[in-house]
Amino acid sequence: MAKYLMLKHYRGGPAAVNDVPMDQWTPDEVTAHIQYMKDFAAKLVSTGEFVDERALSPEGTFVRSGGPGRPPVTDGPFAETKDLIAGWMIIDVDTYERALELAAELSAAPGAGGEPLHEWLEVRPLLDVSLTGTE
Amino acid sequence: MNAALLRTLTPTVIAVLVRRGADFAAAEDAVQEALIEAVRVWSAEEPRDPQGWLITVSWRKFLDATRADASRRQREDRVQAELTPVPGTEFDDTLQLYFLCAHPSLSPSSAVALTLRAVGGLTTRQIAQAYLVPEATMAQRISRAKRTVAGVRLNQPGDLATVLRVLYLVFNEGYSGEVDLSAEAIRLARQVAASSKDEEAAGLLALMLLHHARRPARTKADGSLVPLPEQDRTLWDTRLIAEGVDILQAALARDRLGEYQAQAAIAALHADARTAAETDWVQIVEWYDELVRLTDSPVARLNRAVAVGEADGPHAGLAALAELDPALPRHTAAAAYLHERAGDAVTAARLYAEAARAATSLPERDHLTRQAARLHAT
Repeated sequence: MAKYLMLKHYRGGPAAVNDVPMDQWTPDEVTAHIQYMKDFAAKLVSTGEFVDERALSPEGTFVRSGGPGRPPVTDGPFAETKDLIAGWMIIDVDTYERALELAAELSAAPGAGGEPLHEWLEVRPLLDVSLTGTE
Repeated sequence: MNAALLRTLTPTVIAVLVRRGADFAAAEDAVQEALIEAVRVWSAEEPRDPQGWLITVSWRKFLDATRADASRRQREDRVQAELTPVPGTEFDDTLQLYFLCAHPSLSPSSAVALTLRAVGGLTTRQIAQAYLVPEATMAQRISRAKRTVAGVRLNQPGDLATVLRVLYLVFNEGYSGEVDLSAEAIRLARQVAASSKDEEAAGLLALMLLHHARRPARTKADGSLVPLPEQDRTLWDTRLIAEGVDILQAALARDRLGEYQAQAAIAALHADARTAAETDWVQIVEWYDELVRLTDSPVARLNRAVAVGEADGPHAGLAALAELDPALPRHTAAAAYLHERAGDAVTAARLYAEAARAATSLPERDHLTRQAARLHAT
Protein backbone atom coordinates (compact mmCIF):
# COMPACT_ATOMS: atom_id res chain seq x y z
CA MET A 1 0.00 0.00 0.00
CA ALA A 2 1.14 3.53 -0.65
CA LYS A 3 -0.40 6.82 0.31
CA TYR A 4 -1.10 9.59 -2.14
CA LEU A 5 -2.27 13.13 -1.66
CA MET A 6 -4.79 14.34 -4.19
CA LEU A 7 -4.74 18.13 -4.29
CA LYS A 8 -7.48 20.27 -5.66
CA HIS A 9 -6.43 23.79 -6.63
CA TYR A 10 -8.56 26.90 -6.79
CA ARG A 11 -6.00 28.06 -9.31
CA GLY A 12 -2.45 27.22 -10.30
CA GLY A 13 -3.09 24.18 -12.50
CA PRO A 14 -4.37 24.16 -16.07
CA ALA A 15 -7.99 25.23 -16.45
CA ALA A 16 -10.70 22.57 -16.15
CA VAL A 17 -12.44 21.48 -19.34
CA ASN A 18 -15.81 22.58 -17.94
CA ASP A 19 -14.57 25.82 -16.37
CA VAL A 20 -17.67 27.70 -15.18
CA PRO A 21 -17.36 29.07 -11.59
CA MET A 22 -19.57 27.22 -9.13
CA ASP A 23 -21.69 30.20 -8.11
CA GLN A 24 -22.86 30.39 -11.72
CA TRP A 25 -24.19 26.84 -11.83
CA THR A 26 -27.81 26.08 -11.03
CA PRO A 27 -28.55 25.10 -7.41
CA ASP A 28 -29.30 21.54 -8.53
CA GLU A 29 -25.94 21.34 -10.27
CA VAL A 30 -24.24 22.49 -7.06
CA THR A 31 -26.14 19.84 -5.10
CA ALA A 32 -25.24 17.13 -7.64
CA HIS A 33 -21.57 18.09 -7.43
CA ILE A 34 -21.49 17.98 -3.61
CA GLN A 35 -23.28 14.64 -3.62
CA TYR A 36 -20.76 13.22 -6.09
CA MET A 37 -17.88 14.26 -3.82
CA LYS A 38 -19.58 12.71 -0.78
CA ASP A 39 -20.37 9.48 -2.60
CA PHE A 40 -16.80 9.28 -3.84
CA ALA A 41 -15.37 9.61 -0.32
CA ALA A 42 -17.92 7.12 1.04
CA LYS A 43 -16.97 4.63 -1.67
CA LEU A 44 -13.29 4.90 -0.75
CA VAL A 45 -14.15 4.33 2.90
CA SER A 46 -15.99 1.16 1.89
CA THR A 47 -13.08 -0.06 -0.25
CA GLY A 48 -10.65 0.62 2.60
CA GLU A 49 -8.69 3.22 0.65
CA PHE A 50 -9.80 6.46 2.32
CA VAL A 51 -7.45 8.18 4.77
CA ASP A 52 -8.46 11.81 5.17
CA GLU A 53 -9.95 14.76 3.41
CA ARG A 54 -10.35 18.43 4.24
CA ALA A 55 -11.35 21.57 2.42
CA LEU A 56 -9.40 24.78 2.97
CA SER A 57 -10.47 28.36 3.22
CA PRO A 58 -9.06 30.37 0.31
CA GLU A 59 -7.77 33.05 2.67
CA GLY A 60 -4.29 32.42 4.03
CA THR A 61 -1.39 34.32 5.53
CA PHE A 62 2.36 33.86 5.19
CA VAL A 63 4.18 33.85 8.52
CA ARG A 64 7.81 33.70 9.58
CA SER A 65 9.68 34.10 12.83
CA GLY A 66 10.55 37.67 13.73
CA GLY A 67 13.44 36.50 15.91
CA PRO A 68 13.66 35.69 19.62
CA GLY A 69 11.25 37.70 21.77
CA ARG A 70 9.67 39.38 18.77
CA PRO A 71 6.19 38.86 17.38
CA PRO A 72 5.75 36.74 14.25
CA VAL A 73 6.10 38.54 10.94
CA THR A 74 3.11 38.08 8.66
CA ASP A 75 2.56 38.85 5.04
CA GLY A 76 -0.35 38.47 2.70
CA PRO A 77 -2.93 37.34 1.93
CA PHE A 78 -1.79 37.70 -1.65
CA ALA A 79 -4.67 38.10 -4.03
CA GLU A 80 -2.46 37.19 -6.97
CA THR A 81 -0.77 34.06 -5.58
CA LYS A 82 -0.43 31.77 -8.56
CA ASP A 83 -1.10 28.54 -6.72
CA LEU A 84 -4.04 28.21 -4.35
CA ILE A 85 -4.97 24.89 -2.79
CA ALA A 86 -8.68 24.29 -2.27
CA GLY A 87 -8.48 21.02 -0.38
CA TRP A 88 -7.05 17.57 -0.27
CA MET A 89 -7.88 13.93 -0.02
CA ILE A 90 -5.38 11.32 1.11
CA ILE A 91 -5.83 7.80 -0.17
CA ASP A 92 -4.04 4.58 0.63
CA VAL A 93 -3.93 2.37 -2.45
CA ASP A 94 -2.06 -0.62 -3.83
CA THR A 95 -0.61 0.99 -6.92
CA TYR A 96 0.19 4.31 -8.50
CA GLU A 97 -2.17 3.39 -11.32
CA ARG A 98 -5.01 3.04 -8.82
CA ALA A 99 -4.21 6.51 -7.46
CA LEU A 100 -4.42 7.96 -10.96
CA GLU A 101 -7.63 6.09 -11.65
CA LEU A 102 -9.25 7.51 -8.50
CA ALA A 103 -8.00 11.03 -9.17
CA ALA A 104 -9.48 10.83 -12.67
CA GLU A 105 -12.79 9.67 -11.24
CA LEU A 106 -12.81 12.57 -8.78
CA SER A 107 -11.89 14.99 -11.55
CA ALA A 108 -15.01 13.96 -13.44
CA ALA A 109 -17.37 15.33 -10.77
CA PRO A 110 -20.31 17.03 -12.47
CA GLY A 111 -20.30 20.80 -12.94
CA ALA A 112 -22.21 23.34 -15.02
CA GLY A 113 -24.85 21.75 -17.23
CA GLY A 114 -24.33 18.48 -15.33
CA GLU A 115 -21.26 17.90 -17.53
CA PRO A 116 -18.09 16.50 -15.90
CA LEU A 117 -15.64 19.16 -14.76
CA HIS A 118 -12.58 17.27 -15.96
CA GLU A 119 -10.63 19.51 -13.64
CA TRP A 120 -6.93 18.94 -13.03
CA LEU A 121 -6.02 17.34 -9.72
CA GLU A 122 -2.46 16.99 -8.53
CA VAL A 123 -1.39 13.55 -7.26
CA ARG A 124 1.61 13.54 -4.93
CA PRO A 125 3.07 10.45 -3.23
CA LEU A 126 3.47 10.80 0.54
CA LEU A 127 6.94 9.88 1.78
CA ASP A 128 7.09 6.94 4.16
CA VAL A 129 7.85 7.94 7.73
CA SER A 130 10.01 4.91 8.59
CA LEU A 131 12.36 2.44 6.99
CA THR A 132 10.85 -0.78 5.78
CA GLY A 133 11.43 -3.78 8.01
CA THR A 134 13.32 -5.75 5.38
CA GLU A 135 16.60 -4.68 3.88
CA MET B 1 -27.24 -1.42 30.12
CA ASN B 2 -27.84 2.26 29.64
CA ALA B 3 -24.51 3.97 28.88
CA ALA B 4 -26.04 7.43 29.21
CA LEU B 5 -27.38 6.64 32.68
CA LEU B 6 -24.01 5.24 33.61
CA ARG B 7 -22.30 8.45 32.59
CA THR B 8 -24.62 10.60 34.70
CA LEU B 9 -23.06 8.97 37.75
CA THR B 10 -19.51 9.93 36.79
CA PRO B 11 -19.15 13.33 38.51
CA THR B 12 -20.68 12.08 41.75
CA VAL B 13 -18.37 9.10 41.91
CA ILE B 14 -15.30 11.23 41.21
CA ALA B 15 -16.38 13.62 43.94
CA VAL B 16 -16.78 10.76 46.41
CA LEU B 17 -13.27 9.52 45.68
CA VAL B 18 -11.87 13.03 46.06
CA ARG B 19 -13.68 13.44 49.36
CA ARG B 20 -12.10 10.20 50.54
CA GLY B 21 -8.69 11.64 49.88
CA ALA B 22 -7.86 10.73 46.28
CA ASP B 23 -6.42 13.56 44.24
CA PHE B 24 -8.57 14.65 41.32
CA ALA B 25 -6.38 13.28 38.51
CA ALA B 26 -6.10 9.84 40.09
CA ALA B 27 -9.81 9.78 40.95
CA GLU B 28 -10.73 10.68 37.41
CA ASP B 29 -8.51 7.93 35.98
CA ALA B 30 -9.94 5.38 38.38
CA VAL B 31 -13.54 6.26 37.49
CA GLN B 32 -12.75 6.01 33.77
CA GLU B 33 -11.45 2.50 34.32
CA ALA B 34 -14.47 1.58 36.38
CA LEU B 35 -16.76 2.86 33.61
CA ILE B 36 -15.02 0.64 31.10
CA GLU B 37 -15.46 -2.32 33.42
CA ALA B 38 -19.10 -1.39 33.98
CA VAL B 39 -19.81 -1.46 30.27
CA ARG B 40 -18.41 -5.00 30.19
CA VAL B 41 -19.94 -6.37 33.39
CA TRP B 42 -23.31 -4.63 33.36
CA SER B 43 -24.22 -5.94 29.93
CA ALA B 44 -24.88 -9.26 31.66
CA GLU B 45 -26.64 -7.90 34.70
CA GLU B 46 -27.06 -4.39 35.99
CA PRO B 47 -26.29 -4.03 39.72
CA ARG B 48 -29.09 -3.10 42.10
CA ASP B 49 -27.22 0.04 43.16
CA PRO B 50 -25.29 1.27 40.10
CA GLN B 51 -23.79 4.23 41.93
CA GLY B 52 -22.63 2.10 44.86
CA TRP B 53 -21.13 -0.40 42.43
CA LEU B 54 -19.24 2.33 40.59
CA ILE B 55 -17.93 3.85 43.81
CA THR B 56 -16.70 0.46 45.01
CA VAL B 57 -15.01 -0.46 41.76
CA SER B 58 -13.55 3.03 41.22
CA TRP B 59 -12.14 3.01 44.71
CA ARG B 60 -10.53 -0.38 44.07
CA LYS B 61 -9.06 0.90 40.82
CA PHE B 62 -7.71 3.89 42.69
CA LEU B 63 -6.16 1.66 45.34
CA ASP B 64 -4.66 -0.63 42.72
CA ALA B 65 -3.07 2.36 41.07
CA THR B 66 -1.62 3.64 44.32
CA ARG B 67 -0.62 0.21 45.60
CA ALA B 68 3.05 1.13 45.43
CA ASP B 69 2.78 3.65 48.23
CA ALA B 70 0.07 2.08 50.33
CA SER B 71 0.57 -0.91 52.55
CA ARG B 72 -1.82 -3.83 52.29
CA ARG B 73 -3.15 -2.97 55.73
CA GLN B 74 -4.03 0.61 54.81
CA ARG B 75 -5.67 -0.60 51.66
CA GLU B 76 -7.92 -2.94 53.61
CA ASP B 77 -8.87 -0.07 55.90
CA ARG B 78 -9.81 1.98 52.92
CA VAL B 79 -11.80 -0.81 51.32
CA GLN B 80 -13.68 -1.00 54.56
CA ALA B 81 -14.49 2.71 54.25
CA GLU B 82 -16.24 2.13 50.94
CA LEU B 83 -18.98 0.25 52.72
CA THR B 84 -19.96 3.40 54.58
CA PRO B 85 -23.01 4.89 52.86
CA VAL B 86 -22.34 8.18 51.09
CA PRO B 87 -24.60 11.04 52.22
CA GLY B 88 -26.85 12.50 49.55
CA THR B 89 -24.87 15.57 48.62
CA GLU B 90 -24.78 14.56 44.99
CA PHE B 91 -25.62 17.88 43.40
CA ASP B 92 -23.21 20.01 45.37
CA ASP B 93 -20.40 17.59 44.64
CA THR B 94 -21.30 17.55 40.97
CA LEU B 95 -21.27 21.32 40.73
CA GLN B 96 -17.88 21.48 42.41
CA LEU B 97 -16.51 19.18 39.72
CA TYR B 98 -17.95 21.40 36.99
CA PHE B 99 -16.19 24.37 38.56
CA LEU B 100 -12.93 22.44 38.60
CA CYS B 101 -13.20 21.27 34.99
CA ALA B 102 -14.03 24.77 33.75
CA HIS B 103 -11.53 26.45 36.03
CA PRO B 104 -10.51 29.90 34.73
CA SER B 105 -6.86 28.78 34.65
CA LEU B 106 -7.71 26.38 31.80
CA SER B 107 -7.88 27.34 28.14
CA PRO B 108 -11.33 26.87 26.58
CA SER B 109 -10.26 23.77 24.63
CA SER B 110 -8.74 22.20 27.76
CA ALA B 111 -11.79 23.01 29.85
CA VAL B 112 -14.05 21.48 27.21
CA ALA B 113 -11.99 18.29 27.06
CA LEU B 114 -11.76 17.91 30.82
CA THR B 115 -15.48 18.60 31.30
CA LEU B 116 -16.46 16.01 28.71
CA ARG B 117 -14.25 13.42 30.34
CA ALA B 118 -14.60 14.06 34.07
CA VAL B 119 -18.24 15.11 34.27
CA GLY B 120 -19.44 13.80 30.91
CA GLY B 121 -17.83 10.40 31.36
CA LEU B 122 -16.85 10.21 27.70
CA THR B 123 -13.71 8.31 26.78
CA THR B 124 -10.65 10.10 25.44
CA ARG B 125 -11.19 8.33 22.13
CA GLN B 126 -14.75 9.60 21.84
CA ILE B 127 -13.72 13.17 22.64
CA ALA B 128 -10.81 13.01 20.20
CA GLN B 129 -13.10 11.73 17.48
CA ALA B 130 -15.68 14.41 18.12
CA TYR B 131 -13.07 17.15 17.82
CA LEU B 132 -11.23 15.55 14.89
CA VAL B 133 -7.86 15.32 16.61
CA PRO B 134 -5.66 12.23 17.18
CA GLU B 135 -6.42 10.35 20.39
CA ALA B 136 -2.86 10.89 21.68
CA THR B 137 -3.28 14.65 21.28
CA MET B 138 -6.54 14.63 23.21
CA ALA B 139 -5.02 12.41 25.92
CA GLN B 140 -2.24 14.97 26.36
CA ARG B 141 -4.69 17.86 26.42
CA ILE B 142 -6.65 16.15 29.18
CA SER B 143 -3.65 15.19 31.29
CA ARG B 144 -2.18 18.69 31.00
CA ALA B 145 -5.52 20.12 32.06
CA LYS B 146 -5.59 17.79 35.06
CA ARG B 147 -2.12 18.92 36.07
CA THR B 148 -3.18 22.56 35.76
CA VAL B 149 -6.05 22.13 38.21
CA ALA B 150 -4.22 19.68 40.48
CA GLY B 151 -3.78 22.27 43.22
CA VAL B 152 -7.35 23.56 43.15
CA ARG B 153 -9.37 22.60 46.21
CA LEU B 154 -12.82 21.19 45.54
CA ASN B 155 -14.44 23.06 48.41
CA GLN B 156 -14.15 26.58 47.03
CA PRO B 157 -16.96 28.31 45.23
CA GLY B 158 -16.30 28.32 41.50
CA ASP B 159 -17.07 30.52 38.56
CA LEU B 160 -20.41 29.51 37.11
CA ALA B 161 -19.99 31.81 34.11
CA THR B 162 -17.02 29.81 32.82
CA VAL B 163 -18.93 26.55 33.33
CA LEU B 164 -21.79 27.89 31.22
CA ARG B 165 -19.42 29.11 28.53
CA VAL B 166 -17.80 25.67 28.33
CA LEU B 167 -21.19 23.98 27.95
CA TYR B 168 -22.18 26.52 25.30
CA LEU B 169 -18.99 25.67 23.36
CA VAL B 170 -19.74 21.97 23.61
CA PHE B 171 -23.32 22.50 22.44
CA ASN B 172 -22.20 24.47 19.40
CA GLU B 173 -19.82 21.73 18.36
CA GLY B 174 -22.91 19.81 17.28
CA TYR B 175 -22.75 16.34 15.92
CA SER B 176 -19.74 14.73 14.30
CA GLY B 177 -18.69 11.18 14.91
CA GLU B 178 -20.41 8.83 17.31
CA VAL B 179 -21.04 11.31 20.11
CA ASP B 180 -23.80 13.88 19.86
CA LEU B 181 -22.11 16.77 21.65
CA SER B 182 -25.24 18.94 21.57
CA ALA B 183 -27.23 16.27 23.39
CA GLU B 184 -24.34 15.80 25.79
CA ALA B 185 -24.21 19.56 26.48
CA ILE B 186 -27.94 19.54 27.20
CA ARG B 187 -27.54 16.68 29.64
CA LEU B 188 -24.77 18.51 31.47
CA ALA B 189 -26.64 21.83 31.38
CA ARG B 190 -29.61 20.11 33.02
CA GLN B 191 -27.37 19.01 35.87
CA VAL B 192 -25.84 22.46 36.28
CA ALA B 193 -29.19 24.24 36.11
CA ALA B 194 -30.70 21.86 38.66
CA SER B 195 -27.84 22.12 41.11
CA SER B 196 -26.98 25.80 40.80
CA LYS B 197 -30.54 27.22 40.67
CA ASP B 198 -28.97 30.03 38.65
CA GLU B 199 -31.11 32.04 36.20
CA GLU B 200 -28.44 32.08 33.51
CA ALA B 201 -27.86 28.34 33.86
CA ALA B 202 -31.59 27.93 33.27
CA GLY B 203 -31.37 30.41 30.39
CA LEU B 204 -28.58 28.41 28.78
CA LEU B 205 -30.51 25.16 29.16
CA ALA B 206 -33.60 26.78 27.62
CA LEU B 207 -31.51 28.15 24.76
CA MET B 208 -30.06 24.72 24.06
CA LEU B 209 -33.44 23.00 24.17
CA LEU B 210 -35.03 25.56 21.84
CA HIS B 211 -32.23 25.23 19.29
CA HIS B 212 -32.04 21.47 19.61
CA ALA B 213 -35.78 21.31 18.94
CA ARG B 214 -35.18 22.78 15.48
CA ARG B 215 -32.32 20.47 14.56
CA PRO B 216 -34.38 17.91 12.59
CA ALA B 217 -35.46 20.75 10.28
CA ARG B 218 -32.07 22.44 9.99
CA THR B 219 -30.56 20.06 7.46
CA LYS B 220 -31.85 18.01 4.56
CA ALA B 221 -31.15 14.31 4.24
CA ASP B 222 -28.05 15.09 2.15
CA GLY B 223 -26.67 17.29 4.92
CA SER B 224 -27.37 20.61 3.21
CA LEU B 225 -28.46 23.51 5.38
CA VAL B 226 -32.06 24.76 5.52
CA PRO B 227 -32.33 28.39 6.68
CA LEU B 228 -34.87 29.22 9.38
CA PRO B 229 -37.55 30.79 7.13
CA GLU B 230 -37.58 27.70 4.89
CA GLN B 231 -37.62 25.08 7.62
CA ASP B 232 -40.48 22.61 7.81
CA ARG B 233 -41.81 23.68 11.21
CA THR B 234 -43.76 20.45 11.65
CA LEU B 235 -40.36 18.81 12.15
CA TRP B 236 -39.62 20.95 15.19
CA ASP B 237 -39.72 19.03 18.44
CA THR B 238 -42.70 20.58 20.26
CA ARG B 239 -41.91 18.73 23.48
CA LEU B 240 -38.44 20.28 23.67
CA ILE B 241 -39.85 23.69 22.76
CA ALA B 242 -42.46 23.50 25.52
CA GLU B 243 -39.84 22.48 28.03
CA GLY B 244 -37.47 25.24 26.91
CA VAL B 245 -40.18 27.88 27.11
CA ASP B 246 -41.24 26.75 30.59
CA ILE B 247 -37.68 26.87 31.87
CA LEU B 248 -37.10 30.26 30.28
CA GLN B 249 -40.29 31.78 31.69
CA ALA B 250 -39.46 30.59 35.19
CA ALA B 251 -35.99 32.13 34.87
CA LEU B 252 -37.22 35.43 33.42
CA ALA B 253 -39.80 35.74 36.21
CA ARG B 254 -36.94 36.02 38.69
CA ASP B 255 -35.85 39.22 36.98
CA ARG B 256 -32.13 38.60 36.74
CA LEU B 257 -31.64 38.88 33.03
CA GLY B 258 -28.46 37.69 31.35
CA GLU B 259 -27.22 36.96 27.85
CA TYR B 260 -28.35 33.33 27.73
CA GLN B 261 -31.87 34.22 28.82
CA ALA B 262 -31.99 36.96 26.17
CA GLN B 263 -30.77 34.56 23.48
CA ALA B 264 -33.28 31.95 24.63
CA ALA B 265 -36.05 34.56 24.47
CA ILE B 266 -35.18 35.18 20.81
CA ALA B 267 -35.17 31.45 20.11
CA ALA B 268 -38.52 31.14 21.89
CA LEU B 269 -40.06 33.86 19.71
CA HIS B 270 -38.97 31.96 16.61
CA ALA B 271 -40.36 28.75 18.07
CA ASP B 272 -43.62 30.52 18.78
CA ALA B 273 -44.27 31.41 15.12
CA ARG B 274 -46.26 28.79 13.24
CA THR B 275 -44.94 30.18 9.95
CA ALA B 276 -41.91 32.34 9.22
CA ALA B 277 -44.27 35.18 8.24
CA GLU B 278 -45.85 35.15 11.71
CA THR B 279 -42.52 35.80 13.43
CA ASP B 280 -42.71 38.69 15.90
CA TRP B 281 -39.67 40.55 14.57
CA VAL B 282 -40.44 43.72 16.55
CA GLN B 283 -40.08 41.83 19.81
CA ILE B 284 -37.01 40.02 18.49
CA VAL B 285 -35.34 43.36 17.76
CA GLU B 286 -36.13 44.44 21.34
CA TRP B 287 -34.45 41.32 22.67
CA TYR B 288 -31.43 41.95 20.47
CA ASP B 289 -31.29 45.45 21.96
CA GLU B 290 -31.16 43.80 25.40
CA LEU B 291 -28.51 41.40 24.20
CA VAL B 292 -26.37 44.22 22.80
CA ARG B 293 -26.79 46.09 26.09
CA LEU B 294 -25.77 42.99 28.08
CA THR B 295 -22.84 41.84 25.98
CA ASP B 296 -21.87 44.67 23.63
CA SER B 297 -21.10 41.81 21.25
CA PRO B 298 -20.54 42.67 17.57
CA VAL B 299 -22.18 39.37 16.62
CA ALA B 300 -25.32 40.41 18.51
CA ARG B 301 -25.27 43.73 16.64
CA LEU B 302 -25.00 41.91 13.33
CA ASN B 303 -27.94 39.65 14.15
CA ARG B 304 -29.85 42.69 15.33
CA ALA B 305 -29.31 44.36 11.93
CA VAL B 306 -30.80 41.31 10.19
CA ALA B 307 -33.78 41.39 12.59
CA VAL B 308 -34.23 45.11 11.91
CA GLY B 309 -34.32 44.20 8.22
CA GLU B 310 -37.28 41.92 8.95
CA ALA B 311 -39.07 44.30 11.30
CA ASP B 312 -38.59 47.59 9.44
CA GLY B 313 -37.70 46.48 5.94
CA PRO B 314 -34.44 45.57 4.18
CA HIS B 315 -33.29 49.16 3.74
CA ALA B 316 -33.45 49.76 7.49
CA GLY B 317 -31.52 46.51 7.94
CA LEU B 318 -28.85 47.58 5.46
CA ALA B 319 -28.57 50.94 7.26
CA ALA B 320 -28.04 49.14 10.58
CA LEU B 321 -25.51 46.84 8.90
CA ALA B 322 -23.61 49.80 7.44
CA GLU B 323 -22.71 50.92 10.95
CA LEU B 324 -20.87 47.66 11.66
CA ASP B 325 -17.37 46.46 10.78
CA PRO B 326 -17.54 44.71 7.37
CA ALA B 327 -14.87 42.28 8.59
CA LEU B 328 -17.33 40.72 11.08
CA PRO B 329 -18.05 37.05 10.43
CA ARG B 330 -21.19 36.64 8.30
CA HIS B 331 -21.38 40.38 7.56
CA THR B 332 -21.21 39.71 3.82
CA ALA B 333 -23.80 36.93 4.03
CA ALA B 334 -26.17 39.23 5.94
CA ALA B 335 -25.63 41.99 3.37
CA ALA B 336 -26.36 39.53 0.55
CA TYR B 337 -29.61 38.47 2.21
CA LEU B 338 -30.77 42.05 2.82
CA HIS B 339 -29.88 43.15 -0.74
CA GLU B 340 -31.87 40.26 -2.13
CA ARG B 341 -34.86 41.27 -0.01
CA ALA B 342 -34.41 44.83 -1.25
CA GLY B 343 -34.75 43.51 -4.81
CA ASP B 344 -31.12 43.83 -5.91
CA ALA B 345 -30.44 40.28 -7.11
CA VAL B 346 -27.21 41.18 -8.92
CA THR B 347 -25.54 42.65 -5.83
CA ALA B 348 -26.95 39.82 -3.70
CA ALA B 349 -25.52 37.14 -6.00
CA ARG B 350 -22.09 38.78 -5.97
CA LEU B 351 -22.15 39.07 -2.17
CA TYR B 352 -23.36 35.48 -1.67
CA ALA B 353 -20.43 34.24 -3.78
CA GLU B 354 -18.07 36.44 -1.76
CA ALA B 355 -19.59 35.22 1.51
CA ALA B 356 -19.13 31.60 0.36
CA ARG B 357 -15.40 32.21 -0.02
CA ALA B 358 -15.25 33.57 3.53
CA ALA B 359 -17.40 30.81 5.08
CA THR B 360 -15.86 28.87 7.95
CA SER B 361 -17.72 25.58 7.50
CA LEU B 362 -18.48 23.38 4.53
CA PRO B 363 -22.28 23.27 5.01
CA GLU B 364 -22.32 27.05 5.26
CA ARG B 365 -20.09 27.48 2.23
CA ASP B 366 -22.18 25.10 0.16
CA HIS B 367 -25.35 26.85 1.25
CA LEU B 368 -24.04 30.29 0.27
CA THR B 369 -22.79 28.97 -3.07
CA ARG B 370 -26.28 27.58 -3.71
CA GLN B 371 -27.79 30.96 -2.86
CA ALA B 372 -25.51 32.65 -5.39
CA ALA B 373 -26.37 29.95 -7.92
CA ARG B 374 -30.09 30.39 -7.28
CA LEU B 375 -29.91 34.12 -8.04
CA HIS B 376 -27.81 33.51 -11.15
CA ALA B 377 -30.31 30.98 -12.41
CA THR B 378 -33.25 33.42 -12.23
